[in-house]
Amino acid sequence: MTEVAVAEASMVVEESIERQGEFLIAVLQDIQEHYNYLPEAALQEVAARLDIPLRDVYGVATFYRSFSLAPKGEHIVTVCLGTACHVRGGARIVEALARELEIEAGETTPDLEFTLETVNCLGCCAIGPIVVVDGEYHGEMTAQGAVNLVRKIQKAERV
Amino acid sequence: MANLRSINDLERLRKEIVKDRDPDRAVISISSATCGQARGSLDIVQAFEEAIGGHEDRISLRVTGCHGFCNAEPNVIIYPGEIFYQHLKPDDASRVVESVLKEEIVDNLVVSENGDRFVHLCEIPFYRSQVRAIMGDNPLIDPTRIDDYIAVGGYRMLGKIFEMEPEEVVEEIKRSGLRGRGGAGFSTGKKWEVTRQQPGPVKYIICNADEGDPGAYMDRSILESNPHSVIEGMILGAYAIGANEGWIYVRNEYPLAVKHIMLALEQAEGLGLLGESILGSGFSFDIKVARGAGAFVCGEETALIYSIEGLRGTPRQRPPFPAQRGLFGRPTNINNVETWANVPEILEKGADWFSGIGTKTSKGTKIFSLVGKIANTGLVEVPMGITLREVIFDVGGGAPGGKSVKAVQTGGPSGGCIPAELFGLPVDYESLTEAGSIMGSGGMIVMDENTCMVDVARYFTHFLQDESCGKCVTCREGTQRMYEILTDIVEGRGSEEDLDLLEQLGETVKDTSLCGLGQTAANPVLSTIEYFRDEYMAHIRDKKCPAGVCKALIQYTIDEEACTGCVLCKKNCPQEAILGEPKKLHTIIQEKCIKCGICHDLCKYDAVIIS
Amino acid sequence: MSRITIDGIEIDAPEGWTVLETARFLGLEIPTLCYVEGLSPWGGCRLCTVEIGQGERTKLVTACTYPVEEGLVVRTATKRVVEARKLILELLIAQCPTSKRLQDLAAQMGVQEVRFKPKWENCIYCGLCVRMCEEQMMAKALGFVDRGNKLRISTPFDKSSEECRRCGGCMYICPACTLRCEGAQPEEVLCGRCESSTQPTCLEVHDNYACWMGLTGDCGTCVKEGAEK
Repeated sequence: MTEVAVAEASMVVEESIERQGEFLIAVLQDIQEHYNYLPEAALQEVAARLDIPLRDVYGVATFYRSFSLAPKGEHIVTVCLGTACHVRGGARIVEALARELEIEAGETTPDLEFTLETVNCLGCCAIGPIVVVDGEYHGEMTAQGAVNLVRKIQKAERV
Repeated sequence: MANLRSINDLERLRKEIVKDRDPDRAVISISSATCGQARGSLDIVQAFEEAIGGHEDRISLRVTGCHGFCNAEPNVIIYPGEIFYQHLKPDDASRVVESVLKEEIVDNLVVSENGDRFVHLCEIPFYRSQVRAIMGDNPLIDPTRIDDYIAVGGYRMLGKIFEMEPEEVVEEIKRSGLRGRGGAGFSTGKKWEVTRQQPGPVKYIICNADEGDPGAYMDRSILESNPHSVIEGMILGAYAIGANEGWIYVRNEYPLAVKHIMLALEQAEGLGLLGESILGSGFSFDIKVARGAGAFVCGEETALIYSIEGLRGTPRQRPPFPAQRGLFGRPTNINNVETWANVPEILEKGADWFSGIGTKTSKGTKIFSLVGKIANTGLVEVPMGITLREVIFDVGGGAPGGKSVKAVQTGGPSGGCIPAELFGLPVDYESLTEAGSIMGSGGMIVMDENTCMVDVARYFTHFLQDESCGKCVTCREGTQRMYEILTDIVEGRGSEEDLDLLEQLGETVKDTSLCGLGQTAANPVLSTIEYFRDEYMAHIRDKKCPAGVCKALIQYTIDEEACTGCVLCKKNCPQEAILGEPKKLHTIIQEKCIKCGICHDLCKYDAVIIS
Repeated sequence: MSRITIDGIEIDAPEGWTVLETARFLGLEIPTLCYVEGLSPWGGCRLCTVEIGQGERTKLVTACTYPVEEGLVVRTATKRVVEARKLILELLIAQCPTSKRLQDLAAQMGVQEVRFKPKWENCIYCGLCVRMCEEQMMAKALGFVDRGNKLRISTPFDKSSEECRRCGGCMYICPACTLRCEGAQPEEVLCGRCESSTQPTCLEVHDNYACWMGLTGDCGTCVKEGAEK
């Protein structure tokens, strides 16, 4: 885990509290957006500044799925596993991507290039199965199609 | 923009907006909510902008939210006349613009079914049986422009209710028979009344936009397409209840909805429709937004409140109900997005109009998301009491590819699977509950012969064991144990005793869990056992998956007749489990095959068979 | 005061009392696990489930968290309640078979079988330690982490906590590790021998008591009449 400078964390947290007030989840969302994960130093800082026990900050950070305590990859691949995507083969897409990237869902590749995530419905059920790569939605995906999306990024980066 | 100080100011503004609009000018309305954008609507918008260039006096473009017919995305509706074109490509833009100028129809973009062509929206089978009281305005509104909402009569009800006593507003909603559109279906009016009657000057209202049911997305669509209707509903409710602060708790997985609602709030505040003494009435009301952080259980009221307060989303014992002790310990009224969006409609057209639609106990219209193995996927708004058959076949067009529909799953993870034999059931709260499912927020996932019901039950328990907050033993351990047993069954290790245990466990989880999540967690399992016991038995006794889904019980083989030796499957097999020379029959080495199904997906000749 | 009926007995219960408090006041036995007097009720283990309401509209609620309200009718041991409690205990024991507290409860309640695969976990997530740490020790060092099937109880970042004063309150209150059976693992998940009439496992297997507390049976908790030292 990369260590985040305490001084920087302190500044990020301070700014977020100025924007969001005392609303813990909103503050954590800001921090997650800044670092793409929640560094320990930042959570310590949040606990101190908002006067919330650290165990509660930690408890909240681990309860909600959009928070991550480990750094995420450069590229985030999200497979929707909503019901409509499931009946159209969403799980097979996750398996194919896990095989391709050699990680399990929820994990990040050791080179910090890719994070493979699943989500319980993006509300685009009509065009499932959905794969979102770096915020871009791809509808009616197949296992091979999803693997190709990843390979395309890998190829582009090698050039 | 001007700060509106009275209802007359608002009416004046409305007149100005409408006056500036040339009724003779055609409008091309492009469906561009999240689904549309995922299908390339933004490119279509750009193409139209270019194509219209030079004809701005005769045609204007409106980028709107969702038109409901997701399967036809990207689509446009052309006014006047409501001409509907589907599956547009950027290249089509210039032809469509030309046709509008010449007042012609572009034939190959028109919806056609079984050889019949449907030019106008009202003729299309998908739209024909719908009553679009909530969704109907979507094509008329650019959700990023408050002007569009005001032009169709938006915020008019503020003027009406500020002349009424709050109790009268509550009474009107009670009389309409509106029930919560998010889950249990509690009477909205009664809920308002209880909150109103609580002592103390500080009360809150909350819009629950944490639409977590997988397969349901009407709330996303409303927020993306017509955010002001929700804001207006909330203002009306706040006045009736006596709340001066409201919250919208919205899923963070819906970035466009978050963006549109934030923008809408800013615009409403800018006009003085939110804030101090709205329209000079003396009534003040503000709305704040809290973004969810990814927890299905936060759809439950007490968990949602904890989440806004910055705590873990663990539900608590009710009573006390949120109406008695809610957000920050104050009386709080929570309704979901669709419920709030119904409020302006009811106050405008009257309780009698609303209660005239639907059945004895379920009034008004309800939006359903028709998804899964269905030809016309999309959001459909129909009167309560319509039969499942009408929704699935008349509106939805049945399963695609001539397959037979086996069941429909309603109510998300809290709901159950209703078999095709019961499609004569009217869609209302009581009938669905009686059939072992629930109305829920309105997801309808259609399943055909290639859907394995045991796999579906297992899917939901997998979902729930992760989404359970983990507080109650029965929900936390119960969902895990149900998943464990179902996994045994789909992998061919199940026994008949397992089925009895599943039923007993399911009943206990239902009976003894604290919140709605746990109390309904067994529904997908219990309903599939009730209606599809033979499928369970096929897995247990014959070690077969009739739908060809459960990996451990199926085999991929190549049909000698159909295989052309195109090598596509061989090239893409991740396990190198396929042997064969070009133009010769290929074979799958079963020992190597991991049943990923890629060969089956890729084969253009349907030569890969599942047995 | 709210007039309520428990198992046919009418009583005026003071405002703010729970069903459990009222039942215990009357001397009615309701099994509990995650409830301990002096800590706020949590309602996680569901063992104190009782049936409320009359006629067809009855439902199960946990006695420890349900507040008394005027006209409430409670039944503490209907068939529905007893069967639910047994299954709950089955779930708990399968999770943590080494807990003497659970084995004793199972013996008392006549649980005959455990049909789920044993997990041999060390925690049942009842949260007693969390509440003890917060409410009695004022430390707030322990808390719930994650959720659902990944729920855990731990200190922040799983590191030793600065708030923790090593008071041992968490261990003292824990129903899973206090008096944990250190005897040989029984053949079956369901043991219950300490509470039932047969000898404790540790007595059968060892010459002396293998009590983790080092009390060699002096505490008497696991000693039944007739057992030999």
